[in-house]
Amino acid sequence: MTRFNRFNLFVALCTVLACSALNAAANDFQDADKLFKNGQTELALNKVDAYLLTQPKDAQARFLKGVILTEQGHTEESMRIFTALTEDYPELPEPYNNLAVLYAAQGQYDKAKVALEKAISTHPSYATAHENLGDIYAKMASQAYDRALQLDRNNTSSQTKLALVKELFNPNMKTSGNPKMQVASASPASAPALVASPATASSPVATHKEPVPDKPVIAAVAVANPGHDVLKAVNDWASAWSSRNVNKYLSMYAKDFKTPGNASRSSWEHQRRLRIAKPQPIVVSIGNPVVKMLDDNHAKVGFVQFYRSGALKSTTRKTLELSKSNGLWQITSERSGA
Amino acid sequence: MSYALLLFLGLLSFQAQSGELSSHEMEALLVKSINSIGSNRLDTALSEVDTLLKINPNFKLAQMLKGDLLMARVKPITSFGDDPGAPKDKVNDLRDEARARLQRVQEQIVTSAPKFIWQLNPEQHHAIVVDTSKSTLYLYKNVNGEAHYVENFYISVGKKGSDKLSEGDQKTPLGVYFINAHLTQNQLTDMYGKDAYPLNYPNEWDIKQGRNGHGIWLHGTPSNTYSRPPLASNGCVVLSNDDLNHIGKSIEIGSTPVIITNRMDWSSDADKTAHADLLKAIEQWRSDWSSLNTNAYLKHYASDFFSGNFNLDTWSTQKRLVNSGKSWIKVNVSNVSIFSYPTQPDMVVVNFEQDYSSNNLNNRMKKSQYWMKRDNRWQIVYEGAAS
Repeated sequence: MTRFNRFNLFVALCTVLACSALNAAANDFQDADKLFKNGQTELALNKVDAYLLTQPKDAQARFLKGVILTEQGHTEESMRIFTALTEDYPELPEPYNNLAVLYAAQGQYDKAKVALEKAISTHPSYATAHENLGDIYAKMASQAYDRALQLDRNNTSSQTKLALVKELFNPNMKTSGNPKMQVASASPASAPALVASPATASSPVATHKEPVPDKPVIAAVAVANPGHDVLKAVNDWASAWSSRNVNKYLSMYAKDFKTPGNASRSSWEHQRRLRIAKPQPIVVSIGNPVVKMLDDNHAKVGFVQFYRSGALKSTTRKTLELSKSNGLWQITSERSGA
Repeated sequence: MSYALLLFLGLLSFQAQSGELSSHEMEALLVKSINSIGSNRLDTALSEVDTLLKINPNFKLAQMLKGDLLMARVKPITSFGDDPGAPKDKVNDLRDEARARLQRVQEQIVTSAPKFIWQLNPEQHHAIVVDTSKSTLYLYKNVNGEAHYVENFYISVGKKGSDKLSEGDQKTPLGVYFINAHLTQNQLTDMYGKDAYPLNYPNEWDIKQGRNGHGIWLHGTPSNTYSRPPLASNGCVVLSNDDLNHIGKSIEIGSTPVIITNRMDWSSDADKTAHADLLKAIEQWRSDWSSLNTNAYLKHYASDFFSGNFNLDTWSTQKRLVNSGKSWIKVNVSNVSIFSYPTQPDMVVVNFEQDYSSNNLNNRMKKSQYWMKRDNRWQIVYEGAAS
């Protein structure tokens, strides 16, 4: 039944999109999508707003707007959008998922849990929601442990590790005749292009021992560039992650690395190990790195992170802060989003 | 079932909803959820724990169970408190609390009179017995001098257990004590909760045995926790703030006895016989003294008798001297309480009011005596003003 509704929704959208009178508007949406993927959130927002003027009910556009606003840190407005989407299209799991991510970011794990359970009840095979729900349980567990043990890990802080779904459904399928079934497909492997955990620390990492096909590609760096070593460290980090070399990966993080949610180092490491130990190959690569030397021993690197594990793909903008001690560059902070 | 009873039950459930679960009900709910875990009904267990935490978010043990129950949805749980970052000692503490509470709920409550309370005086409306081995405090009420069971409470004792010997050994003393003060929240740091009731440790017997240390109290818990592990204090007996507040209504400063044992035992027929024998001995002591029969009077005292700096010799000399100056004396004994000593077989603590009058001196005082049965005869090993 759910699937049927969803399919109907999709068909309705196709019909709208197929209407030539609205081509210009449709182009607005596609432009917005493209701009957003290129990191031009402000322009993307203008475009999507323009599109919504003509198509105020459009689920995809509203969803995209919600994602853009989330990226921009406009949490309240994006929550309002996702909430409205869950009301107008209760059969869509993605708005629930993203709503959950935002609740989780506020430390409202109970609400996040409820939203994810709704996403799963509509789509039992929805991998991202399962993954996120696992994170929520772990987070709530850790919160309970902290209360039990009177630890002060500040777990209610806002850093979320949950995957925010960036696309309501795969745009390539939008114009093809038989698309959306895939979204609702029973196999997690065919989940929609899901994506981008705001903090890598929890992005679904999976792996096993096969050689990784796509080595992370790093822009060539001139030897003279003072950021050379910094970039090399970032490259090593992505490479260690890709090859699921957990020890190497963890060694890239400085002792004083700010763990997400101020989790204890050991519990953070433990979680990363669990993630990376999943029996699925993963590929992490980075693009457009920009190194900013703060001083001789401190640097900030912004880049686009491409992540793929099984059917899960994500493109995230990420900022790493590194500091140098004993000639070694190590990560002290890791942030996703703008 | 009568309508009144139904109404009463209805009120109980209303209370529960409004967050007024008694410590017994909370403990029972906690154990219920542990049992649910045992029978692999994890969702039920989680909802039980959630109910508990809604009422009492500071119940650390319930938080720990919640953590495990949630974590079990993420990965297989291999042990209690399965948090990789958790300090082992704290996890062990909570595991101990779980065990102690489980045992408390599973064991049948014995409502017989405890072996240690032979007689309460009419001013002692309640008496307390602490069993350090069971993390339990028993409250009794006085019915015609006998101890009748009221209720029991979970408690914590010293980190190193019981049988305190010296200052700083983090042990809870064993013996017969009395509550001699009440400290309230504004006199206490948060560590001690909302109330504290100091005990008269070390008593005369402790001092005689070379035991020392001080500041043994019944007290509450810090504001950020509902209860503490079974072995947690530096020697004090710790209750939840709610429980201590509840018990506080039954405590009378200067008279409520607190008997601390590491092995709870119940009154037997032999105890009743011994009690009757002792009462006869006390009456004989009183009458021998009243009749100025000093030789007979002094025979009631043991060879190793002590009283402050007095031993039997100096005490005898003193009493002979005093009695020789009297043409008549009258001794009345009233308000007698008797407690058998948990660590010393055949020894009892006898407290009473002594009304002494004579041709040249009248005196009314509260007195404490330790009697010991040796060679089938009750003898006084200590006598002094009650503290």
